[in-house]
Amino acid sequence: MYNFNYQRASSLDDAVAKLGAASDGTLLAGGQTLIPTLKQRLASHSDVIDLSGIGDLRGISADGGGVTVGALTRHAEVAASADVPAALAALADGIGDPQVRNCGTLGGSIANADPAADYPAAVLGLGATVNTNLRSIAADDFFTGLFETALNDGEIITSVTFPTPQKAGYAKFPNPASRYAMVGVFAAQMGDGVRVAVTGAGPCVFRVAEMESALAGNWSADAVAGISVSADGLNSDLHGSAEYRAHLVTVMAKRAVAAAG
Amino acid sequence: MPTVSMTVNGQAVSGEVEDRTLLVQFLRENLRLTGTHVGCDTSQCGACVVHVNGDSMKSCSMLALQAEGAEVTTIEGLASNGELNPMQQAFMDNHGLQCGFCTPGMVMSAMDLVAKNPNPDEATIRENLEGNLCRCTGYHNIVKAVQQAAKTMGG
Ligand SMILES: Cc1cc2nc3c(=O)[nH]c(=O)nc-3n(C[C@H](O)[C@H](O)[C@H](O)COP(=O)(O)OP(=O)(O)OC[C@H]3O[C@@H](n4cnc5c(N)ncnc54)[C@H](O)[C@@H]3O)c2cc1C
Ligand code: FES
Ligand code: FES
Repeated sequence: MYNFNYQRASSLDDAVAKLGAASDGTLLAGGQTLIPTLKQRLASHSDVIDLSGIGDLRGISADGGGVTVGALTRHAEVAASADVPAALAALADGIGDPQVRNCGTLGGSIANADPAADYPAAVLGLGATVNTNLRSIAADDFFTGLFETALNDGEIITSVTFPTPQKAGYAKFPNPASRYAMVGVFAAQMGDGVRVAVTGAGPCVFRVAEMESALAGNWSADAVAGISVSADGLNSDLHGSAEYRAHLVTVMAKRAVAAAG
Repeated sequence: MPTVSMTVNGQAVSGEVEDRTLLVQFLRENLRLTGTHVGCDTSQCGACVVHVNGDSMKSCSMLALQAEGAEVTTIEGLASNGELNPMQQAFMDNHGLQCGFCTPGMVMSAMDLVAKNPNPDEATIRENLEGNLCRCTGYHNIVKAVQQAAKTMGG
């Protein structure tokens, strides 16, 4: 690991100021992606600015039509929460292993936008809103590509607001070594329609319109059993071919709907 | 170089570290607490698990400076007055270790599991040891050890 200046931010404003002053600074939340990346020298930064002391960014609060989860809330806290939709708690409980869940955060996960990460499926599948120090971004506009999001340089995620679903379920086929999603599907019946979001299969989380309209007419695993996505453009690597992942999308979609009940 | 201070196994400690020094390096190299192991460089093996403010974490995936002010417990902090803690004893009784390399991390993860779930069934134990790899035992006797310890510890 190349050396850097470690700085602890005392508030959101302080984090913004420290990041602005650094020549090539980065933010540190749970460190479960950043530290391994720095260790492997896949990245190097002049300054690492630790957000963990900013208490305002941590915690879960239920309000009106949904629940707001602070960016620094750890996966283990979401997994144990009775205030978040059960499918979201179950998703958080399936991330990595207990030690990763004791450190890793919601904000870090979606800022990183790993194509195989779990949270992006819930954020897009529930049509959540990502709140930053500057603005609110709809989930449909947030994930823009492989490790790419709509965040500008220096923009900090503060929380994510999830609307309450009528029904929701998540199913993933975990990579047996890492537990990241080979394919994960989040299916939700919202007040304003059905949403189906797929992670792990493509370079970036995406929705499947054909499954959404089928489920809107008939909320059952059978409704999606005959719908498959094209393998074109899906991920293909040593863990599985694009065709294999395309097949898994249908299987996981059926399981997600069944899990939702 | 910055100075870091924390409580390790009940004792206040401090030392000079680089900004990039990992918690596991501080424990092993500054404090000479070499019970905490490093078994990989990909954050996957769990040989380095310690407790930070009561939760199990991988000390190879955390900077020493992130633990400023924290309460840290390592494998060396479990036995008291020369008596093994019930989890350590259960690993011994059930042949839950062979080479022993993974054992400190296994024991620390299992302690966290039993603290949060005093009466875990076999599936829960296996799921919760997801972050700890063992190259020797095949896990079977580790699971038995955790079951025994959970009983002794009052589950
Ligand atoms: C062994 C292992 C297994 C894992 N398995 C899974 C899995 O099964 N599923 C899964 O989804 N993930 C998995 N992960 C990743 C884990 O969920 C990480 O916690 C997550 O990817 C990053 O969150 P973090 O809080 O640790 O972020 P960090 O590593 O601290 O930061 C990640 C990136 O996000 C940026 N960032 C952090 N917080 C903010 C913020 N508030 N605003 C803007 N930018 C920010 C940082 O600058 C950095 O670039 C695994 C990790 C490990 C080590
Ligand atoms: S040394 Fe392997 S996970 Fe920490
Ligand atoms: S006992 Fe040898 S690695 Fe577990």
